[in-house]
Amino acid sequence: MTATVPASPPGIAPAGLAGLLLSMADDEFVIGFWDSEWTGIAPMLEEDVAMSSISQDEIGHARALYELLASLTDDDADRIAFGRTADEFRHAALMNHARTDWAFTIARRYLYETADAVRLESLARSSFEPLAQLAAKMRREETYHRMHLDTWLRRLAGGSAHERLASALERAWADAQALFSPLPDEAQLVAAGILPDSLGELRRRWLAHVTPVLATLELLPARTPEPAPDGRRSRTEEFRWLHGEFTMVAGSEEGATW
Amino acid sequence: MQTREEAIWDALAEVSDPEIPAINLVDLGVIRSVRLDGERVTVELLPTFVGCPAVEVMRHDVAERLHGMAEEVHVRISFAEPWTSERISLRGRERLRASGFAPPVRIGPGVLHDDLAELSVLPVATCPYCGSRNTTLENAFGPTLCRAIYHCADCRQPFEQFKTI
Repeated sequence: MTATVPASPPGIAPAGLAGLLLSMADDEFVIGFWDSEWTGIAPMLEEDVAMSSISQDEIGHARALYELLASLTDDDADRIAFGRTADEFRHAALMNHARTDWAFTIARRYLYETADAVRLESLARSSFEPLAQLAAKMRREETYHRMHLDTWLRRLAGGSAHERLASALERAWADAQALFSPLPDEAQLVAAGILPDSLGELRRRWLAHVTPVLATLELLPARTPEPAPDGRRSRTEEFRWLHGEFTMVAGSEEGATW
Repeated sequence: MQTREEAIWDALAEVSDPEIPAINLVDLGVIRSVRLDGERVTVELLPTFVGCPAVEVMRHDVAERLHGMAEEVHVRISFAEPWTSERISLRGRERLRASGFAPPVRIGPGVLHDDLAELSVLPVATCPYCGSRNTTLENAFGPTLCRAIYHCADCRQPFEQFKTI
């Protein structure tokens, strides 16, 4: 699908805008791929359907963002998604971890959905109209994800899975901060209103929401580190494996379509 | 006499939603505008969900139905305004109900995109079979992105709802 998009807005560093779009698209794409692995093996049938549907939403969001980016850089969305090396991805370190178990999936997703909600709320006010429009639309869909994950977090927190959930959150916590690691040309993006709030401000809002929730559920990790400067550049073997999986078709048959 | 533009809207009302054929694209509210410019017609289509895999099918079906009504037919995917379930027409809601789908709950603006702190509880769907409101949401996620799964405690029938969004 191709949305009609105006050329790059005047007076703005295109590199900064591309980096912003890529960071969001890669977050959605990679978490969508990881969690789509639950299709068929989730803890119960309803969850199988739910997690598959959520993952399909995320990959759809990634696609729309890749298409927006492609229209700005005269590139191709499939090339961006499937034609890059693992090191060229710009998702947050949170998405470097494998699917692991259900507790980790819920821990990661809860942190991601709440952070994404803060990001989308801000971007719905972006001066870059095509991005503001997409953010407004995605936000409505993401509300369902957030309700779902909020329910799961509370459910696991109050049962025998508490310890597992706590240790999963402990493991995901530092890398979740990387959702707010600085972007190239961030100051320019903020000055131009493309990114209406700095990532530092978005992180403050996110922490103000999740910290009391996690504290009440006795799940708050002891230390909250600052976002790593390279939080969107470091890659793990686990992600390299996933990258090999999702580029397999494109890599074995150039220009393959389906 | 019918204008060309009216004829195009009528033709679009003959195109069914690929996933729920009981409702057509006009009643579904996905057609935002039709612009006729000489021999060129441009249809602006709002996806119900960003990742809806049926969008390509809709685009194809629209182009096919309008073929011959103008020399050039363009179908443009747009996010100029978010498609919301409020865009489904009254007739569309009735068609959904008649085919066993609960229509989305009518909601005011803001319910689905409030601040993080306010996780809204959505009003429950009305059973399309017996009209009971004694229903429970079994799963907010259903067989397609736009469908949720409910159960009616009165007639004991599971049913799907076109999601409120």
